[in-house]
Amino acid sequence: MASQPSTYDLIRQHGIDRRTFLNYCTRITAAMGLGAAVVPDVVAAMENKPRIPVIWLHGLECTCCSESFIRSAHPIAQDMILNMISLDYDDVLQAAAGEQVEEIRRRIMKEHKGAYILAVEGNAPTKDDGVYCTIGGQSFLEILKETAADAKAVIAWGSCASHGCVQNARPNPTGAQPVKKIITDKPIINVPGCPPIADVMTGVLTYILTFDKLPELDRAGRPKMFYGQRIHDKCYRRPFFDAGQFVEQWDDEGAKKGWCLYKMGCRGPSTYNSCSTIKWNEGVSFPIGSGHPCLGCSEENFWDNGPFYERLSNVIVPGIDSTPDQLGKALTVLTVAGVGAHVVSQLVRTPKNGASPEK
Amino acid sequence: MATRVVVDPVTRIEGHLRVEAMLDGSNRIQDAISSGTMWRGIEVILQGRDPRDAWAFCERICGVCTTVHALASVRCVENSLGITIPKNAEIIRNIMFLTQMVQDHVVHFYHLHALDWVDIVSALKADPAATASLARSVSPKWPLATEGYFRDIAGTVKKFVESGQLGIFQNAYWGHPAYKLPPEANLMAVAHYLEALKWQKELVKIHTVFGGKNPHPNYVVGGMACAIDLNSDNAINMERLNLVKDQITAAINVVENMYVPDLLAIASFYPEWTTYGGGLGNYMAYGDIPQNGIADVAKFRFPRGVILDKNLGEVLPVDPTDPEQIQEEIAHSWYQYPNGKTSLHPWDGVTEAHYSGPKTPYKELDETKAYSWLKAPRWRGHAMEVGPLARMLVGYASGRAEFKEVVNAALGKLKVGPAALFSTLGRTAARGLETQLAVHWLQDEYDKLIANLKAGDSATADTHSWSPETWKPESKGLGFTEAPRGALCHWIHIKDKKIDNYQIVVPSTWNASPKDGKGQHGAYEAALIGTPMADPKRPVEILRTIHSFDPCLACASHVIGPTGEQLAEVIVR
Repeated sequence: MASQPSTYDLIRQHGIDRRTFLNYCTRITAAMGLGAAVVPDVVAAMENKPRIPVIWLHGLECTCCSESFIRSAHPIAQDMILNMISLDYDDVLQAAAGEQVEEIRRRIMKEHKGAYILAVEGNAPTKDDGVYCTIGGQSFLEILKETAADAKAVIAWGSCASHGCVQNARPNPTGAQPVKKIITDKPIINVPGCPPIADVMTGVLTYILTFDKLPELDRAGRPKMFYGQRIHDKCYRRPFFDAGQFVEQWDDEGAKKGWCLYKMGCRGPSTYNSCSTIKWNEGVSFPIGSGHPCLGCSEENFWDNGPFYERLSNVIVPGIDSTPDQLGKALTVLTVAGVGAHVVSQLVRTPKNGASPEK
Repeated sequence: MATRVVVDPVTRIEGHLRVEAMLDGSNRIQDAISSGTMWRGIEVILQGRDPRDAWAFCERICGVCTTVHALASVRCVENSLGITIPKNAEIIRNIMFLTQMVQDHVVHFYHLHALDWVDIVSALKADPAATASLARSVSPKWPLATEGYFRDIAGTVKKFVESGQLGIFQNAYWGHPAYKLPPEANLMAVAHYLEALKWQKELVKIHTVFGGKNPHPNYVVGGMACAIDLNSDNAINMERLNLVKDQITAAINVVENMYVPDLLAIASFYPEWTTYGGGLGNYMAYGDIPQNGIADVAKFRFPRGVILDKNLGEVLPVDPTDPEQIQEEIAHSWYQYPNGKTSLHPWDGVTEAHYSGPKTPYKELDETKAYSWLKAPRWRGHAMEVGPLARMLVGYASGRAEFKEVVNAALGKLKVGPAALFSTLGRTAARGLETQLAVHWLQDEYDKLIANLKAGDSATADTHSWSPETWKPESKGLGFTEAPRGALCHWIHIKDKKIDNYQIVVPSTWNASPKDGKGQHGAYEAALIGTPMADPKRPVEILRTIHSFDPCLACASHVIGPTGEQLAEVIVR
């Protein structure tokens, strides 16, 4: 194999000067939520490392994760694919087809044993020997096991690979199971969401490349840097929740003023994701920002925790025992009573899907 | 002895597709089968759920054509509950529909289809100055056409190739005799592959404004959740509208000055591909882009109709609400119907999944038996092609001036007659010409939105029938759309406030269908027959024709129930 230039070499060949390159490193560092102190590490990594081979498998899925991935703004998909990783197998973008592409997968597994990243989009049907998803005549279930065996780590893209998602919802006709139920002897990074935010996906990959280690994960196997807090805790509409100002129906006065969507079924209080901070598509908006409640798409079993437009539960205000219906009316009382607004949020309960990752 | 060529996985598509082609002694395809190799069962999962939630489940049928299943779903629930959406909601949905169509078609052309025609390695031999002059002659208005720009792109490609880490471009068919472009045209196309990749993430911001995210923006039964208030900083206001307007302006530039000129330039090097890949010659479109409510079909921007046997002299009426017109066959599908039947109306109840294919891992399928997870939908017994070519032909044959204008202009540039449309290249060209119409309609719909706001109407949702308390004990409805890949229809039966039955017939099920009981091939299969292959081990020709349809297998193979589920009858009101 010919010599492998570093990301910096490649960026230089692009005609990009060092100053722009350093700016770029600063931006991706910020995107990963890291301080300025680590920028030199990022620069060093980009300057010196050959690109990590990535095998990107597709099982039962809808390809929304790949579509999201190519929406990444920093870094853009072109830099990711040409300069940062070596995307050796990905049937959505691959130039070759059929036997030629399966040969690549087998070769990478052999030549880069223990060194390649396995990225999985979608999941495996486990019923009936996996006949509900086959590639090259082989069941996806077998392909997944075979390809994971010599991977350095597994990235489970999206809610399908992380949790099971829509095909795993009741009654799960194909026995679809997430990666963690099938692969148990490898580090797995779950990057849930339907799909995950583009820059979260590229952020996870660039973190691994930059720091040469996997990101710190929470108990659900999710990178803490992107899934550490509830959407509700960082939502710009939160003051309206605390003030008891809610959208009551579509297109009402509250909807026009951008009040809280809790009563329309918003799952922000029980959903761990970066939507209310990083937002979507280069920060243009996020579901709540465009007037629709959060569906909770990065949470386990969110499809079966509906109906979506049914509110999560009552909010109990200490000493008053009011619900959001009464909270608006009780606002003056609250203020007089001096109840800290943040106390209210601590008491939001999610009786149906109470499995908060901190428990 | 005949050679059998197996392509599995077919890459650069959505989902999992297998093609097996049988070649004659001169390496010409004499028979072919296409097999959908995935199945998820979304319709079964929908049973018993709140109909207002259905759009979110349906949207996840496909993330490439994200939004189209959500649109068909809210339409079918609204049809069932008798809801008429406000004018603004209709326009915003049209804007989202057209945004999707433009983004999806451009991505298909550059990232899923172009590598069938463009040889990246040949681009290394290109002269940057000559490439710049080619680019200026192809599209005088596209600004990125300097020698320095192409020198940089050539440098990027060279270093990437020399790195030895070829990523998604390794093991491909570079140097194959079927590639005909000169090095300069290849370099120009590679540059635009990268430009399109950068641009596609911009256009979808329109979805983010109205639907909060992309992929998978949000919809609501009764309208749209994004309220409009020009006096609020927390609703659709001037700043949001300006963002949408700028993206539309940029899209017009990309389509008019990059995509369509590239398409015609590349096509001019492959004249023989106007004679291969025609296939069925039967085309169907439900029509879409309402201008006066979904019930006023005559006012749709995309007209409705059927063309049989390439006869552009007659457009036959099609009615997705008429149960007599559509049947689904299973003679070659891994399903069972009761009492040994092989053909049923989609609402006449369903079957058992019944895998009878070879045990995995397998080498070959048996085309005399069942070989696909796809059923075979048929219109009045005919196998049909749906998609951009069907829509353009129905528009053209219906005498719509704007369709005739773009089609005739392209035919004139390529110096071919209308018969050239019935081909692989015709299908690929129709997608580009449709995008040209769509991107200007996008501007028109935006202007309509502004005009309606000027007139004082800011309503975005009708909530009269939001509460299930207002619903009848039982109702039925359907919702159709023209997805980027073709005619799509959802049927719902609501009973006791829940989904009793939900059924979907999808564009790629029409196009990728297996043979039916009479032995009639599906559109992919028919289109492959007759094509010569230069090197059967490197199946570029098969990929060209299959990609010209833009396959979407997650859509196509979602279908119907698993073991034993008996789905109730749906009669559309």
